[in-house]
Amino acid sequence: MYGFEALTFNIHGGYLEAIVRGHRSGLLTVADYNNLCQCETLDDIKMHLSATEYGPYLQNEPSPLHTTTIVEKSTLKLVDEYKHMLCQATEPLSTFLEYITYGHMIDNVVLIVTGTLHERDVQELLEKCHPLGMFDSIATLAVAQNMRELYRLVLVDTPLAPYFSECITSEDLDDMNIEIMRNTLYKAYLEDFYKFCQKLGGATAEIMSDLLAFEADRRAVNITINSIGTELTRDDRRRLYSNFGLLYPYGHEELAVCEDIDQVRAVMEKYPPYQSIFAKMSYGESQMLDKAFYEEEVKRLCLAFEQQFHFAVFFAYMRLREQEIRNLMWISECVAQNQRSRIHDSVVYMF
Amino acid sequence: MMKFFDNLPPMDHLRSEKMSFVQLIIPVESAHRSITYLGELGMLQFKDLNDDKSPFQRTFVNQVKRCGEMARKLRFFSDQISKACITSAGRPAMQPDISLEELEVRLAEHEAELLEMNMNNEKLRQASNELLEFKLVLLKAGSFLVSSQNHAVPAERELDENIYSKERDRESLSLLDQETPPEMLNKAGLRFISGIICKSKALRFERMLFRTTRGNMFFNQAPAGEHVMDPVSGEMVEKIIFVVFFSGEQAKTKILKICEAFGANCYPVPEDTSKQRQMTREVSSRLSELEATLDAGIRHRNNALASIGSQLWKWTIMVRKEKAVYDTLNRLNFDVTKKCLVGEGWCPVFAKPQIQDALQRATIDSNSQVGIIFHVMNAIESPPTYFRTNRFTHAFQEIIDAYGVARYQEANPAVYSVITFPFLFAVMFGDWGHGICLLLGSFFLIVREKKFGSQKLGSFMEMAFGGRYVLLLMALFSIYCGLIYNEFFSVPFRIFGESAYKCRDTTCSDARTAGLVKYRDPYAFGVDPRWRGSRSELPFLNSLKMKMSILLGVSQMNLGIILSYFDAKFHGSSLDIRYQFIPQMIFLNSLFGYLSLLILIKWCTGSQADLYHVMIYMFLDPTGDLGENRLFWGQKPLQILLLLLAIVAVPWMLFPKPFILRKLNTERFQGRTYGILGTSEMDLDHEPDSARQRHDDFNFSEVFVHQMIHSIEFVLGAVSNTASYLRLWALSLAHSELSTVFYEKILLLAWGYDNPIIRIAGLTVFAFATAFILLMMETLSAFLHALRLHWVEFMSKFYHGDGYKFRPFSFASLADEEY
Repeated sequence: MYGFEALTFNIHGGYLEAIVRGHRSGLLTVADYNNLCQCETLDDIKMHLSATEYGPYLQNEPSPLHTTTIVEKSTLKLVDEYKHMLCQATEPLSTFLEYITYGHMIDNVVLIVTGTLHERDVQELLEKCHPLGMFDSIATLAVAQNMRELYRLVLVDTPLAPYFSECITSEDLDDMNIEIMRNTLYKAYLEDFYKFCQKLGGATAEIMSDLLAFEADRRAVNITINSIGTELTRDDRRRLYSNFGLLYPYGHEELAVCEDIDQVRAVMEKYPPYQSIFAKMSYGESQMLDKAFYEEEVKRLCLAFEQQFHFAVFFAYMRLREQEIRNLMWISECVAQNQRSRIHDSVVYMF
Repeated sequence: MMKFFDNLPPMDHLRSEKMSFVQLIIPVESAHRSITYLGELGMLQFKDLNDDKSPFQRTFVNQVKRCGEMARKLRFFSDQISKACITSAGRPAMQPDISLEELEVRLAEHEAELLEMNMNNEKLRQASNELLEFKLVLLKAGSFLVSSQNHAVPAERELDENIYSKERDRESLSLLDQETPPEMLNKAGLRFISGIICKSKALRFERMLFRTTRGNMFFNQAPAGEHVMDPVSGEMVEKIIFVVFFSGEQAKTKILKICEAFGANCYPVPEDTSKQRQMTREVSSRLSELEATLDAGIRHRNNALASIGSQLWKWTIMVRKEKAVYDTLNRLNFDVTKKCLVGEGWCPVFAKPQIQDALQRATIDSNSQVGIIFHVMNAIESPPTYFRTNRFTHAFQEIIDAYGVARYQEANPAVYSVITFPFLFAVMFGDWGHGICLLLGSFFLIVREKKFGSQKLGSFMEMAFGGRYVLLLMALFSIYCGLIYNEFFSVPFRIFGESAYKCRDTTCSDARTAGLVKYRDPYAFGVDPRWRGSRSELPFLNSLKMKMSILLGVSQMNLGIILSYFDAKFHGSSLDIRYQFIPQMIFLNSLFGYLSLLILIKWCTGSQADLYHVMIYMFLDPTGDLGENRLFWGQKPLQILLLLLAIVAVPWMLFPKPFILRKLNTERFQGRTYGILGTSEMDLDHEPDSARQRHDDFNFSEVFVHQMIHSIEFVLGAVSNTASYLRLWALSLAHSELSTVFYEKILLLAWGYDNPIIRIAGLTVFAFATAFILLMMETLSAFLHALRLHWVEFMSKFYHGDGYKFRPFSFASLADEEY
């Protein structure tokens, strides 16, 4: 396939690429965000969104609106679009599309397990799960007492099963364990996804390796920052980093020994692509890091649309839509809580 | 000549309606009413004066929101009504009109009522569902228990005995324990849970149970037999009743959790059969009570819905109208005093009195002290294009608009298309048998116009219905052309007398190739039927149709160029007439006009001259001897003259216009700099239209390149467009050949057999081939080719098509809109 995508891509992927590009043009623009930021109430937001692609999803909502409804409905739209694409997709695109949801699956597993640990109601937890990461027996997760049971009872049926090979222990579940499990799973998932994309070859591999490398590096930085001051050993920390990406392997060695945020910064500034992200922040600050990373990610995702005949557009579209939902959630929360001055803090504009 | 054109009656249909840009100043108190009246009139297109404001910053946003809310409620009602499968009793008796506020209150009441009823029904439904499930579980699981006990007893006793025999060795003390009845053991060690689960989940459920209990369980299942309503989707789903036997307290909690996770409902079933029966009876009686209540509730709800349903349509229209009015009001601006609304928009000049009348009525009806000011303003942008059409011309106008909406007051090709379009179609589709079929089809559509117009049609029918009058004319012209071609399903008829030819002797009736003699006057109308089947049929018809195509093409292209003259004259642009229209006329007619002349002469004189030769050597060797190709006296000098004219016409249409434009521009520029302001303004008005460009910077190279492209396009186009009209011949040939093939190779072939089955089969195949290939596909292809000839060959000569449509604010279009 390498180098000759233009010849054969449209046989199977042409229709869906057209679909996804059509969806892309439905993403909210800067002008839309500017209008949304001026909204006074949630009804105003609904009114503005009714002129966009969200219109049909919100039009039948009764008027005292809640932030959760907006988020729920916009997620529903994403899920509908995803399902439509998945139904139309053929191999290997369908596998690629399924890979996109594994991240949510991991998050959902972690959410349920943590929730049952703290003795929350399962139904309540299920409502909080991301609909893209749902699988059939997700509710049964509540039965499991430790990792081994978790694997043996439930996850063995899911696509996540192979990722579990590294974290099967008989230890009882606790918060720390779960967090380590999440990151181990994520690591295995990213590596697998990376390998899959490399196998696909062509422009898909090229663009996806860039996007996934960024994702892996961001996770590495986040793991480092979050594990500063915890009892996680350096080796354990080192083991959670994904084995690819720009930081691999030398950056990982250095990140593993970092003791505070400024050391992380010093490590990252050696890498030109990340220098600009850290240059935006003052020393010792890590609050704005998330936003800076999101902005960088959105920039990279948008670039994926510049090339044709590859699968990365699907990944990029899903991620951009998710970012858009985060933006909507932030805006609606700010509007609902009368914090309109902070509205611009967390909104990442695209296109 | 010019006088003649000037004295022609004004051609109303050729130009779009004169529009004027008007301003309305409406006092706030009469604003709503006046906009409503204007919406009923539907003759004013409002310009959005608040373009920079987002929708929720506009003045009447709250009213729009309220309308949106009401529309939502109405959608909710119609959704509920369609779910309850109530057919509303058409348009009900009109009830007194109610105001929007009342309607809002009423809708809110109805919604609350309906929601409450839904909730109650939902509760009842859930309870009855549970009871139903319980009943099913009792029935099925009870029978499991009974049968399993019967089977299990001997087996278990055996097992027990084994265990006890081993135990006996260890401790032979408790002999009494051996007497323990198996039922008791059952109670101590083996427990069971019974319940009901969706069939689709059963397999995974069983697997999960197996895994959690490490296989230490026994799963028994049976289909429920009845469909049970799923509480989430409200659909009837198939369910399965299960009984799980297991041992141990921990397993029980696990299994209960899994049941919960899979949405399986567990119900306790007593082991005792008599108790089971008693419970079943109780449950059944309660179930029937509940069903009765539920039915009463549903009847009540249906009545409520039916009463809403009878009003729903009227309310929907009303809310839509209100919303449209407020949306329009949002396009208006407040003036400085905040007491008046200022609106701007376009209206056709003829509608002004109507609008003024409507505004006056609005003022009176709303008891306003101040009238509405309505006056004409100057506009910078070009006005919208508005053609008044009726149901006959509408389809033709749509055909033209599909290419591009006419520029304001530009010549409208639709006027000519009404005839030329069906005619060119018919030239390609000439067969009066097929024409009659089309005619019947179009009659069918036209006769049932009222019925079809009010209902939704499929996309294909919609298209056919929209173009029913086009279809009618196409059919009429096909019959006409078919009579000329003398084709009726490819069979020649002798309608207009006998053939002019007859056989010289008896042999020619078999040969049919030679030996015909002309013995009487030519056949009165169309092609002589004798041509059919003769060896010279094709060469004769080809020559006829090819020449005819060229004649039709040249005349239609000339019409296009003449229309460009009328356009230029209308806009007062003598520059376009002198340097575009005249050289174009000369170029086209000196080459292809001359060809048409030759064709006519050849037809009239019956000369044997080779026209290809004449045309080709007119270019290659203009001075050479014509020889036998000479058709008339003075042909050679005329040809040389025409050739020279054509050569001169090319630079004529290329060079002068851009240079003159540049000169005019520099003059105007000087006039502006040094002249008195007033006179320069005057100059502006007197200048020809094409020079009055809106953007003041005159870019000579751009204009020149533009002119060059146009000239080259015309010169090359003259050749290629003429050749393009040959498609008339080609398609007509294809059509007649196809119908001949179907007629001769299918129908006649089948008729040759003396077998009714083969004859019927042949007839069926012929009928289907005629209907689908000749009537549908050929109609479509001829339609498309006629469309192309109009869009490309005809309209490119004069039509700009860069205008925009007049879209008045009107209630008329609201009713069939869906949202």
